[in-house]
Amino acid sequence: MAAIFQGVGAAAALSSSPSNSFDSKKLLFSPRRSFSVKKGASVVVVRSDGNVNLDLNPRGRRAQQLIANAVATKADSSATSSSSKPGHELLLFEALREGLEEEMERDPSVCVMGEDVGHYGGSYKVTKGLATKFGDLRVLDTPIAENSFTGMGIGAAMTGLRPVVEGMNMGFLLLAFNQISNNCGMLHYTSGGQFTIPIVIRGPGGVGRQLGAEHSQRLESYFQSIPGIQMVACSTPYNAKGLMKAAIRSENPVILFEHVLLYNLKERIPDEDYICNLEEAEMVRPGEHVTILTYSRMRYHVMQAAKTLVNKGYDPEVIDIRSLKPFDLYTIGNSVKKTHRVLIVEECMRTGGIGASLTAAINENFLDYLDAPIMCLSSQDVPTPYAGTLEEWTVVQPAQIVTAVEQLCH
Amino acid sequence: MALSHLATSSSRSAALLRPLSSSIYLRRPISTDTTPITVETSVPFTSHQCEAPSRSVETNPKELLTFFRDMALMRRMEIAADSLYKAKLIRGFCHLYDGQEAVAVGMEAAITKKDCIITAYRDHCTFVGRGGTLLEVFSELMGRQAGCSRGKGGSMHFYKKDSNFYGGHGIVGAQVPLGCGLAFAQKYSKDENVTFALYGDGAANQGQLFEALNISALWDLPAILVCENNHYGMGTAEWRAAKSPAYYKRGDYVPGLKVDGMDALAVKQACKFAKEHALKNGPIILEMDTYRYHGHSMSDPGSTYRTRDEISGVRQERDPIERIRKLVLSHDLATEKELKDIEKEVRKEVDDAIAQAKESPMPEPSELFTNVFVKGLGVESFGADRKEVRATLP
Repeated sequence: MAAIFQGVGAAAALSSSPSNSFDSKKLLFSPRRSFSVKKGASVVVVRSDGNVNLDLNPRGRRAQQLIANAVATKADSSATSSSSKPGHELLLFEALREGLEEEMERDPSVCVMGEDVGHYGGSYKVTKGLATKFGDLRVLDTPIAENSFTGMGIGAAMTGLRPVVEGMNMGFLLLAFNQISNNCGMLHYTSGGQFTIPIVIRGPGGVGRQLGAEHSQRLESYFQSIPGIQMVACSTPYNAKGLMKAAIRSENPVILFEHVLLYNLKERIPDEDYICNLEEAEMVRPGEHVTILTYSRMRYHVMQAAKTLVNKGYDPEVIDIRSLKPFDLYTIGNSVKKTHRVLIVEECMRTGGIGASLTAAINENFLDYLDAPIMCLSSQDVPTPYAGTLEEWTVVQPAQIVTAVEQLCH
Repeated sequence: MALSHLATSSSRSAALLRPLSSSIYLRRPISTDTTPITVETSVPFTSHQCEAPSRSVETNPKELLTFFRDMALMRRMEIAADSLYKAKLIRGFCHLYDGQEAVAVGMEAAITKKDCIITAYRDHCTFVGRGGTLLEVFSELMGRQAGCSRGKGGSMHFYKKDSNFYGGHGIVGAQVPLGCGLAFAQKYSKDENVTFALYGDGAANQGQLFEALNISALWDLPAILVCENNHYGMGTAEWRAAKSPAYYKRGDYVPGLKVDGMDALAVKQACKFAKEHALKNGPIILEMDTYRYHGHSMSDPGSTYRTRDEISGVRQERDPIERIRKLVLSHDLATEKELKDIEKEVRKEVDDAIAQAKESPMPEPSELFTNVFVKGLGVESFGADRKEVRATLP
């Protein structure tokens, strides 16, 4: 476990306030699909239109109905008050913890299962303090048996509990692949709708700082074919907390992908209760020339490249797709219709990754709007090497992104 | 004679029965007599790390006749499924339970519908034991809308949520961690019920079973792991697959009990004992020594790895229905003829259900996309194939 608390230095360099490069006030309000406002809506879903830097007022746009017994929170105040509280600053893992804690307080059927989540506090401190607060029955330390404790989580979810299963590293969940694929994804279907599996499976994945091949896996490419599950990837403290809460409240099984290097990102998030829409992509930086689709850590590489690109005179539109399954083809499609050029930057491997599926989806649906073939930058199809320089070359770097955009827009 | 006990009938077939007068030759109500009878099980229990329960089982005429009827129903249902499979109305996999009916029936007698049962793919009779109807069974087997999973599950995916039957699982051994999860939820909600997680002698060698057992013992979960040992893991005999075929001992620190699985009363006694134990002391393993007459599934003749003499030997000596029949006759609870009538009745019931199931329509094409995700979120989600297929969540 030497690689537990790593990446602080690097993460800080990619911290979440590159807002100087774009004017957040010039938000693009492309026509969005409207959510039906149902009665008894209780929680404000704040659409994240370019709100990377949250000094802006979070817009209490539309209230969404989630679960009938949702506790009414300060929905009114945030909608009416134009100068809401400035919020509080925290790191990404703290945001995850806050989301988890709030949901556990709100709903007694939420429990956490994982290795070292209880007394140890979680290997990335996401569950720190929860065991003392909620007790051993709600924050469960499991033995090292991913296959069975994931199965147990799914079995418990069949009865109505809402477990949050943590894989200490996403790669370990490969041992639970059968449970996730056959039971988690398919039981709702094979039982004819009788059982729902409101489970959340979360954990850090992605290429870290020289963690070695087996601890640097990107499982989103393996899980993406499983029918019946939803996959989301968080990238900022704001959407980490929002997605965590939405995932816990969702009746579908959700896999929440976090990234080892992003845990120490700092951001200011609102004080009030909010969740993020699970199926929605986030507009990070609106632009005109090219649509760059990315998620998780690559978002920061893209934003870094964006700085360079802006200086060179390009105007990239950056979208953090967030929802890996299903893709938010609405936001993506609107962007493609505007810019006509697409670049996908992802951390998955070239073969069979999220980018591959996204390329196919965009080609199928929006071919007429494209002026150039879609470019997809992914990691190399190799096991992640240990040596630092080699590891750097497996992942997409900002310089490559800049070159790719120049090629695309020449 | 037992006719004097037949004054009133409150059996399952009560709705079909005319008030009893002298027309008993067509139908035979099940006795409501509950005077206790004590029967000895065929063999004593062998235990591991616990005290075996007594060999004497309390039962009563009503229960015995219910056992007989239920097992006859299950037997007939499985044989009918056999013919349907050969007629190509049932496709894919069909794993039949005939020979093992005593386990399903005996277990139900010892527990309530609030206790959970989860099993593997040989689930038709367990489903019926939990209250599933024949129509649901045959419709699901034939892939029709009236099936318990709307035709989308098939033979290996029978579920009945309202009576806590959690399936119906195709992957060997994967249901055991799920079962321990059910037990965990029961402990979490403190509702004093137990979970029976059934698996076979083949699945007993799965690692996830021991993982789940470890966690259950650690967290004191009310989980009862039941190994239905029919001595063959598909085509491999147990002595060729397991170094230690004493499955009830494999829990090591978890107590175990070996039960004659062809004796419904022994099964009932063991399950009662196990339930009490699990609620107080955590997990326990039950090994049911049972036998299946059919092969592993319909694609397996069942005779390449065992002799026909063995099969007929077991059928003659240990058949669960015959055992109950002998008990009923020796205690004078019914005549031979009455029992035969029950069997005829059951046969008719099965045939009616098949006819009804054949009339049930195939699922609509739109059913392909229902129940992939749960509705009710109020959000739309766009599939990758946005033009034709769209999974809408609301």
